[in-house]
Amino acid sequence: MSTPPTAASVDRRVRTHAPPMRSTTAAIRRDLDPADSQAWLEALGAAGARREDAVAQLHALLLRAARFEVARRRPTLADWTERALDDVAHQSADDALVAVLAKLHTFEGRSRFTTWAFKFALLETSVKLRRRPWHGRELPLEPEQWPQLADARVSPAADAERRELLDAVRRAIDEALTPHQREVLVAVALNGVPIDVMAERLGCTRGALYKTIHDARRALRRQLAAAGHALDAAADGGEGRR
Amino acid sequence: MSGERPTSDALLRRLLGPAGPELTCEQCFEQIDRYVEAEVEHGPARADALIPGMHAHLEGCAACAEEHDSLRALVRRERSG
Repeated sequence: MSTPPTAASVDRRVRTHAPPMRSTTAAIRRDLDPADSQAWLEALGAAGARREDAVAQLHALLLRAARFEVARRRPTLADWTERALDDVAHQSADDALVAVLAKLHTFEGRSRFTTWAFKFALLETSVKLRRRPWHGRELPLEPEQWPQLADARVSPAADAERRELLDAVRRAIDEALTPHQREVLVAVALNGVPIDVMAERLGCTRGALYKTIHDARRALRRQLAAAGHALDAAADGGEGRR
Repeated sequence: MSGERPTSDALLRRLLGPAGPELTCEQCFEQIDRYVEAEVEHGPARADALIPGMHAHLEGCAACAEEHDSLRALVRRERSG
């Protein structure tokens, strides 16, 4: 978890990579069309005042995305002050600006430039907001208690079958996983530790940690299949997000 | 997770993840802008056909899924406004 930035630190960082203030000089200012990716690239690749103005417009775009993410998550951030949340939005926009400018050469034009840029601001904001509540907390790494389930009763036979499958998964977690796989899967998938928080504690990336989870899931599935457990469609994904 | 009780199906999906091939988190980040624009402009089936493995990854990775949902909502708002 990074500490909230001071105004001076934000100014210092943004000055390093881009001018923090957008020029209001009418002769320089030219609003960039969100749909015109080529115009964004040309302006950001230009020199002098034209580039400065484009960078300032990009920062404003990223700040809008960061504030959008903060607003979406606001209901779950009851103990945050508005000032602290706006600090996070500004810090995220600053960090995203640095990332976008550094990766500008990788933009391939397969989406609008603005959509491409938005994802950097949303990533920076969501990671900061996920990490903050876990700052200084010990991570729950053991399955001390499996969650109470909210299943509707179907039939005694179906309920027994489902209990048997869950018991088999518990056994597979104990028997088929390495200690590291077990710790990561239990923390993230069972105990709800955000993957970014776990990755930060372990000093690795989200992608590296997800690879561990992926391998653990494959090991569980192999053991369940070897034990003759068939997964029905509802438990097998495919309906969870749509 | 939230304090709400999961169903056994939801718990099994969290533990076992998607069955099919999926993108990595890095591949997901590289492609998510293109995927979202395809979703918004042409619908989810076209987006899934354009980038195989994205939907499965979004089912398996809660963090990438949250960021996908945010980007899609933001793009929709920007296009409508």
